[in-house]
Amino acid sequence: MKKAWAWLALFAGILYFALPLIGMTEFSLKMRRGEYSFDAYAKVLGDPRFQQTFTYSVGMAIVTILFGVFLIVPTAYWVRLKLPRLRPFIEFVTLLPLIIPAIVIVFGYIRLYNTSSWLPLTGSATGTNLLLMFGYATLAMPYMYRAVDTGLRTIDVTTLTEAAQSLGAGWFTILARIILPNVLVAVLSGAFLTFAIVLGEFTMAALLNRPAFGPFMQLLGANRAYEPAALAVIAFGITWGCMALIQIVSRFAPKAQSQPH
Amino acid sequence: MSDPFLSLRNIRKSFGATTVVQDFNLDVGQGEFVSFLGPSGCGKTTVLRMIAGFEEPSAGQILVGGQDVTRLKPNQRNIGMVFQAYALFPNLTVAQNIAFGLRVAGVAKAEQDDRVAEMLSLIKLPQLGDRYPYQLSGGQQQRVALARALAPSPKLLLLDEPLSALDAKVRVALREEIRAIQQRLGITTIFVTHDQEEALSISDRIAVMHQGVAEQVATPFEIYNRPSTRFVANFVGTLNVLEGVVTDERRGVVQVAGSDVALADKITKQKAGDRVSLALRPETVSLGEGGGQQTRLNGKIAEVSFLGSVIRVKVAVGDDLVSLDTFNKPQMPPPRVGDQASISFNAGDVLVI
Repeated sequence: MKKAWAWLALFAGILYFALPLIGMTEFSLKMRRGEYSFDAYAKVLGDPRFQQTFTYSVGMAIVTILFGVFLIVPTAYWVRLKLPRLRPFIEFVTLLPLIIPAIVIVFGYIRLYNTSSWLPLTGSATGTNLLLMFGYATLAMPYMYRAVDTGLRTIDVTTLTEAAQSLGAGWFTILARIILPNVLVAVLSGAFLTFAIVLGEFTMAALLNRPAFGPFMQLLGANRAYEPAALAVIAFGITWGCMALIQIVSRFAPKAQSQPH
Repeated sequence: MSDPFLSLRNIRKSFGATTVVQDFNLDVGQGEFVSFLGPSGCGKTTVLRMIAGFEEPSAGQILVGGQDVTRLKPNQRNIGMVFQAYALFPNLTVAQNIAFGLRVAGVAKAEQDDRVAEMLSLIKLPQLGDRYPYQLSGGQQQRVALARALAPSPKLLLLDEPLSALDAKVRVALREEIRAIQQRLGITTIFVTHDQEEALSISDRIAVMHQGVAEQVATPFEIYNRPSTRFVANFVGTLNVLEGVVTDERRGVVQVAGSDVALADKITKQKAGDRVSLALRPETVSLGEGGGQQTRLNGKIAEVSFLGSVIRVKVAVGDDLVSLDTFNKPQMPPPRVGDQASISFNAGDVLVI
């Protein structure tokens, strides 16, 4: 009896999540009257704005990931190694982007860095791109920090650091050759999550007026019928692709059992 | 020792208000193997970590080869270290682990390869260079850790309880191997352990530590047979302590449980009427009259434990219990609890503590 309830709950869950997706996918294939086709997908993929915004967002995602890795990995490592008492505080700080809406963050940016401020980043495309990248990094921080911190938890950071130091290694060598390779899978998990967040983000890109993929999806959704559904399926595909990559990469993680059993 | 290779001078280490090491002084000669022995929390690992540079002394000076290294960073000291938790880099193969220090030092690739091969043969694992740490047993991992520490030819080798995580058989084999390698290379070595057997079996000298202080620094023979403090006597080996009262300090006579015990030497620190503790190692005490032993005390059998080849007997002498081992002789039944018994020992074996 218990088992039957479990199956029923699972089935209800699957229906709850899968039905809208199935419905949306089916709708996206109905652009041609009376038959299924990929017309909507062809139209979306052939749209020069799609290519432009997608390329822009992918570029921004890569820069955001690199910035996140350079910021988060040394920070999480240092907190674990030297400031373990600060961990709860750092964790709280990294959770703030989940509590503070993106619109508040971006308005704060605009207010602080507008053309009449002491650092007028919004005065140029490069400056605004930089601002957007910082915004993306802030949004991705809760995920990136947790992924890296979880990775660091699987290795004995202190002893590995001391072992490397006793062999003559400095901080850069320790981070680049010992710590980063051992948390690479965790970093990649964080990177893929960042990628998915950047591709779908609307608020910051729209308010900073950057040609990103998020605002393009919104624009298309407001004016067309079948194309938004096709675009949503593509966006889902990208996100799931990222998740699949996390799973695949996890299999190649260096085994960390060099500790007493 | 005319010219010590490692000198620890008046080392003190405090964490906040707690002092964990105080007035620690030690000179270690070139090629010497010195063990820090003591219970958990006695400060032995802290001293080792200060030598390695992972902790900075609150006061004092550390000299290696005549050079003051007290304020040098760990990566500037050229001191090899082996950790209890192996600390092999999981993302590197055995060969890459061993070559790590050489690579950091900028040694040419060909030279690195030669050195790695030499180290692998030294630890008798020449075929395992391509394996990853997780593919090795605990004993193999620790041997690799030893090779990795030795590869850059450090001035000093520090071993922080390297055998603690291994099972009993591997421990014994590896400790002998470590000693053999140390002697072959002639490298000055500091070994931290809480296992007295380990320390006694492989050290040139032992520093017995207690509450941040080196209670005694001496050879294993002296530490075991002539402990200078009650703590050392108790911590190293099993010890029977008999409480007595000095009756004649010049002749060295102490009354224990109503009988006079004549010591080999006169008593210098106590005078007649003072209480004194006499210590006896179990192997110096015989049940009954013993073969030619001079001193006898009467008591009662309090406990008998059959351990196979030996029988451990505890005899109550006055208020004290004296533990001793007798060989198991199948034709002779073991003593019974409650029986009257006597113990005998030589005056020269009694330690006054």
